[in-house]
Amino acid sequence: MITLGHYLIVSGLLFTIGFAGVMLRRNIIIILMALELMLNAANLSLVAFSRFRVDPMGAPNYNAQVFIFFVITVAAAEVAVGLAIVVALFRLRQTTHVEDISSLKF
Amino acid sequence: MKFTTNSLLPWLVLLLPLISAATITLFTHRSKTVSATISVAAVLGSFLASCAVFNRADISASEFTWIDIHGTLQVPLGFVLDDLSRVMLLIVSGVGSLIHIYSLGYMRDDAGKSRYFAALSLFMFAMLGIVLSNNFVMMFIFWELVGFTSYVLIGHWFERNAAAEAAKKAFITTRIGDFGFMIGILMIWIATGSVVFDDIVAHLSKITSNPTYLTIATLLIFCGAVGKSAQFPLHVWLPDAMEGPTPVSALIHAATMVAAGVYLLVRVAFLIQASQTALLVIAWIGTITALLGAVLATQQPDIKRILAYSTISQLGYMVMAVGLTSNEAAMFHLFTHAFFKALLFLAAGSIVVSLHHEQNIWEMGGLARKLKITFATFFVGALALVGCPPFSGFFSKDAILALAYQHNASIFVVGLTTALLTAFYVSRAVVVVFFRKPRSDFARAATESPRVMTGPLIVLAILALIGGWPVFAQNFLIVPHEKETVLTVPVLAMLALISGAGLAVWLYRNRDHDPLHVDLIRKRLYIDEFYEWLINVTQEFLARVAAFIDRWIIDAGAVRGASGGTFGLGALLRLFQVGNLQAYAFLFGLGIVLLIYFTIFR
Repeated sequence: MITLGHYLIVSGLLFTIGFAGVMLRRNIIIILMALELMLNAANLSLVAFSRFRVDPMGAPNYNAQVFIFFVITVAAAEVAVGLAIVVALFRLRQTTHVEDISSLKF
Repeated sequence: MKFTTNSLLPWLVLLLPLISAATITLFTHRSKTVSATISVAAVLGSFLASCAVFNRADISASEFTWIDIHGTLQVPLGFVLDDLSRVMLLIVSGVGSLIHIYSLGYMRDDAGKSRYFAALSLFMFAMLGIVLSNNFVMMFIFWELVGFTSYVLIGHWFERNAAAEAAKKAFITTRIGDFGFMIGILMIWIATGSVVFDDIVAHLSKITSNPTYLTIATLLIFCGAVGKSAQFPLHVWLPDAMEGPTPVSALIHAATMVAAGVYLLVRVAFLIQASQTALLVIAWIGTITALLGAVLATQQPDIKRILAYSTISQLGYMVMAVGLTSNEAAMFHLFTHAFFKALLFLAAGSIVVSLHHEQNIWEMGGLARKLKITFATFFVGALALVGCPPFSGFFSKDAILALAYQHNASIFVVGLTTALLTAFYVSRAVVVVFFRKPRSDFARAATESPRVMTGPLIVLAILALIGGWPVFAQNFLIVPHEKETVLTVPVLAMLALISGAGLAVWLYRNRDHDPLHVDLIRKRLYIDEFYEWLINVTQEFLARVAAFIDRWIIDAGAVRGASGGTFGLGALLRLFQVGNLQAYAFLFGLGIVLLIYFTIFR
């Protein structure tokens, strides 16, 4: 029997992988992808909550699902902006490695 | 308020000189003759209007409210027209007119003639304003204006350093007194809620209920009089003020402005007489001043300074009379003194002009034959000053001495000594200036002054002769008459007069140099030096305090502290800027975690 706990563990693993990717990888595109992974981990847990929190009629809680749509929309917008910035950055510096982009420092 | 001729006359008295001053300054500055004519015409008009005011008892001035802060402060622009102010109006505008006319002669070749007459007109405006004010605030404003015009006129020859210094000294010294005056006014206002003299009289019980407060307030107001009337601690400016043109010395520093202090004291006598302590202090300050002025006059070589110290001494007599609760005696002496002292100054001015501005009496001599009118008038003035009967000074000084005799024996003795010294220094001046042989080329070549100058001298000489006769004076003011001491006082005064004058004649007859050298007196008891030292010390101390605050609190604390603090904080915050995107992201995430922790779990 798969319970809510199993879903949340998977979601937590996904989030941890995403967070580790953001922290440790050096390529900005990979970092953006890891960021998406974190968002999707959150989506997964929201779906799980929706599925396991049913009202007496047997219908799932749709609030969580509506929330997911917002997250997906924001994620799409974020990727669009983020990739545009990465492209502009690449044109300027010929690199997408975060270690090479360190001019925001005294 | 209705405007009738009656209610407008006092305004005319006051505003004519102001209009003249404004016209001269704005339009006729270029033409000296026109300016002088306007000024003289204005003061004559003012004098005629004053005569009309004096003669008609039914005149009452219209007044209107100037400042009205509801319930707390009301300052009207209004006039007080009692016997006191009416007679003061006559003295001020009358002596003022004569001195304006005399100035036509004295200042005939002066480059700044227009400026001089404008300032003289402004002074007349301010002085008449003091006399007419019916409240403290208005009086204080005119009081300051008088101080300002005095400053301008003392410094008329400002290209001479001594004149500029004297002007500053006069202004600042009197300001010290005025500061006390201002605080005194505020204290009276706090206690009674009014600045109008009549209202204060009505609410007098509010302030007499606290005798200490009353004494302090009264003495602070007296400070104003001490400054303007050159009483003892603040007398130092008056001799130096002689750097101004002689008519100014006569008008401002002998007849009117310095008498304003006495007028003020008489005006607020209802307050002063409610406090015995204040009366005693005032009487003694007056007495000390009288003696001090007379002592210092005995060794001065400068004819105008002799008269200046004599003025200080005579003002001391008036203040003494106020302190002995006799306003009548004070006003009587003010009345006669205005004539004979203006006369003495103008006569001295006539001498000074004919000697090409030589003021040292040891450079004069033998002038009795050369300047006949000047000598005769100066002699009349001198006799009035020493109190020789039947000249005016005899009556008024006798009244004050009799008063002292009745009230306070020690003041009487000092007053009598002063009378002796007065006779001594006046006789010294007369003997040295007018008799024996001329001691300088200028004195040998001296010629009599023009008629425009001798005219006022003659008028003033007549007034100085008859001004004290009860028959004449009682038309103008209440002549105080003695009670029991019919004979003692005049006899003692005559003895003092004869011995003083005799001593001076015996000592100074046939002398080419001053046989007496008392350095202490010649250096004015070192009072000026003491003040200079005091000012230096306090200034040095204050400068050190200010420098310390500036260097260690403003510079080191506020300025350097702020800049250094910002710099240090910036250096500290700079450590956070590692330039690594992921570190920022980590810190950002950490921040959010902390935020969640604090909002949910705490």
